[in-house]
Amino acid sequence: MSNAAIADKRPSTLQGARLPKWSPYAIAGGSVAVAIGIGLAAGLDSRVQWGLIAGLLFVFGTYVIAARVEGRRQAKDRIATSLVWVAFLLAVVPLVSLIWETVQRGVKVLDVYFLTHSMGVVADAEPGGGIYHAILGTLEQVGLATLIAAPVGVLTAIYLVEYGRGNLARSITFFVDVMTGIPSIVAGLFILSLMLMLEMQPFGFAGSLALAILMMPVVVRSTEEMLKLVPNELREASLALGVPKWRTILKVVVPTSIGGITTGIMLAVARITGETAPVLLLVFGNSFINANPFEGAQASLPLYIYQQWANSAGSPAAYDRAWAASLTLIAFVMLLNLVARGIARWKAPKTGR
Amino acid sequence: MDISTQKTQASPPIPQPTDAEQKRAARGATRPGDRVFLALSRGSGIFLLVIMAAIAVFLTYRASLAISKDEANFLTAFEWNTGTIPPKFGIAVLVYGTIVSSIIAMVIAVPIAVAIALFITHYAPRKLGGPIAYVIDLLAAVPSIVYGLWGALILVPQMDGLFGWLDRYLGWTGIFSWDGGPARSMLTVGILLAIMILPIITNVSREVFRQVPQMQEEAALALGATRWEVIRMSVLPFGRSGVISASMLGLGRALGETMAVATVLSPDFDIHASLLNAGGGTFAQNIASKFGEASEFGRDALIASGLVLFVITLLVNGAARAIIARRKEYSGANA
Repeated sequence: MSNAAIADKRPSTLQGARLPKWSPYAIAGGSVAVAIGIGLAAGLDSRVQWGLIAGLLFVFGTYVIAARVEGRRQAKDRIATSLVWVAFLLAVVPLVSLIWETVQRGVKVLDVYFLTHSMGVVADAEPGGGIYHAILGTLEQVGLATLIAAPVGVLTAIYLVEYGRGNLARSITFFVDVMTGIPSIVAGLFILSLMLMLEMQPFGFAGSLALAILMMPVVVRSTEEMLKLVPNELREASLALGVPKWRTILKVVVPTSIGGITTGIMLAVARITGETAPVLLLVFGNSFINANPFEGAQASLPLYIYQQWANSAGSPAAYDRAWAASLTLIAFVMLLNLVARGIARWKAPKTGR
Repeated sequence: MDISTQKTQASPPIPQPTDAEQKRAARGATRPGDRVFLALSRGSGIFLLVIMAAIAVFLTYRASLAISKDEANFLTAFEWNTGTIPPKFGIAVLVYGTIVSSIIAMVIAVPIAVAIALFITHYAPRKLGGPIAYVIDLLAAVPSIVYGLWGALILVPQMDGLFGWLDRYLGWTGIFSWDGGPARSMLTVGILLAIMILPIITNVSREVFRQVPQMQEEAALALGATRWEVIRMSVLPFGRSGVISASMLGLGRALGETMAVATVLSPDFDIHASLLNAGGGTFAQNIASKFGEASEFGRDALIASGLVLFVITLLVNGAARAIIARRKEYSGANA
C-alpha cells in the first residue's frame, strides 16, 4: 500500500505530490483516537469536549500533513474543504433535531380523537382535548386571506409584466419588494389600528386581512417570475391573429404559466399558515369551536401551539398537545410544499433549456 | 380572424401603420375588454400601494396618540408602564435587545450560510447538491412558532453546557458571565434566530454563486489554482454584493421575528451586560407578550413601538433591494 512518503517519491511532470485519497479518513480516524486518549487521560467527562478536541486535531493534522507533502496552498485548500463540510453538518444538526423531536413527541397524542375535538371543556393543564377548532379556524382564515390575496397578487403581476411601463410600475415593483420584508407583527398592528378605530372585538376575518397583506407580495413576485418565462413568440402569435390583448393574456399567457402560478400561490399559503403573530393580535384564540370567521374570537393552529406552551404553566399534557399540533402544522405545510413543487415540475413551461 | 384576412387580401403592398395606430398597438388597450382588464390589473397594483401608504399612515396616527401622552422620553426611557398615571414608556431596551439578538444571529448565520451555499454549488457531489438545496428550502418552510417551541423546550436545556464553558473561560469579559439561571437569554435567542435565517441567506447566496461566469473559474483552474483559490479569487468577489444583500434580507427577518423570541426569551425589560443571563426584550417579542393585558392606550403604545420596527425593517430591506437592483439577474424575493 502506498503512503504519504511513497507518494512523495513518485515523480510526476504535470501534478505535484498529492496525498492518497484515503488520507482524510485516516487523519480523521487518527484524531478521533488521539482525542479519546486525551479525554480519558485528562478525565474529561463531556463527549462534546472530546468531539471538539478531535475536530481541532483533524484540522491541525490535515494542515500539517498536507503542508509537508503537498505544499501550503494545497493545505489551505484542504482546510477550506473541511470547514465547508463542518458548516454543512453543523446546519443539519438543528434540522434533524427539530424534525425528530417534533415527530417523536407529537405522535404521542396525535390521533383521530385529537383531530376531531376542541379544547372546550378541557383545562389547559389537563390531558385530553384536541385541535379541531384550531384547524377549522386556520383553514377559514387562510382560505379567506387567499381569496383576497391571490387575485390581487396575480392581477398586479399581470400588470407589471404585460402592461407595466413608467413610474407607476416602477414604484409598484419597489413597494412589493418592500412589502415582502414587512414583519408579520407589523401587518397585525396595522389591522389592529383599524380595529381600534372602529372599536371592533377580535374576529377571524381580521386575521385574514393581515395574512392577506403578508401573502400579496409573495404571490406578485412568484407570478411575475412565471409570466416572464412565457415566450414572447406565443404572445406575438396570438396578437398577430387579431386576438385582443386581454384575451391573449387570459387564454394564452396565463394558461401557459398556470402551473407556476399555482405553485407560487400554494407556497405563499404554506408561508402564511404558520404565521402566529398577527393571529395572536387579531383573532385572539378560543378554546370553543367558532365556525364563523366574521364574528367572535377564533382559534388557529399556530396560535394554539403558542397558547398551549404559554398558558399551561409547564403541564406535560399541554406540551404534548403543543408538539402534536406542531406536527400537524408541519405536516400540512410540508404537504403544501411538496404538492406545489410537484405541480411546478409537472406543468413547467418548456423554456428550451 | 376575418379582419386580419380581409386586410391581407385588400392590399397586397402591406400598408404602413400610421403613428397613431402604432402607438395604440403598443399601448395595447384599444377594445372595451382591454380597457376593463387594464383597469383591473392596474387597480390591483395601485391597491398594493394604497395598503403600504395606509400602513404607514395608520400606524403613525395611532402611535402619535400614545407618544403625545408619554411622560418619559420615548426613545431613551428604560421602562414600559402604560397603565400608570402618567404613563411612562420608552423603547431603549427594545432597540438594544433587537439589535443585539440580530447581530448575534448574523455573526453565526452568515459564515455558515455562505459555507453551505459554497458546499451546494462547489463542494458537494453533483448528485447531492439538488437534494440538499431542497432540504434547506424545507427548513425555510418550518413555521416560526415550531422553531419557538423547539427552542424553548429542546434548545434552552441544551445550552447549559455551552454557557457553563463560556462562563468559566470568558466570564471575566462580563459579556459571557452567567448566573446559572435558565438559558432563556439573548445568546440563545441569537442562536435560534441564526438557525431560522440560515435558509434565506443560503438560498440567495447559492443563486449568486451559481451565476459566477464558468470561464472565470475555468481560467483560474487552468492557471493551477486550487479549489479554495478559485473560490477566493473568482467566486467570492463576484458574489460579494449578492451575499451582502442576502445577509440584509436575513437581518430583516431576524429583526421582525416574533414568536421564536417570545417563547425562548424570559423578558424583564432591562438591559444586561451579559448575553448569557436571562432577560432583555425585542420589539416584536414585547408586542406579543404585552398585548394580552394591554388597555387601548397600552395597545397604542405597542403600535408606536411597532412603527419604529416597521421603519427599521424598511431601511434594512430597502438597502438590500438597492444592492440587488444593481444586479438585476437575480432576486431574493422568492427565497
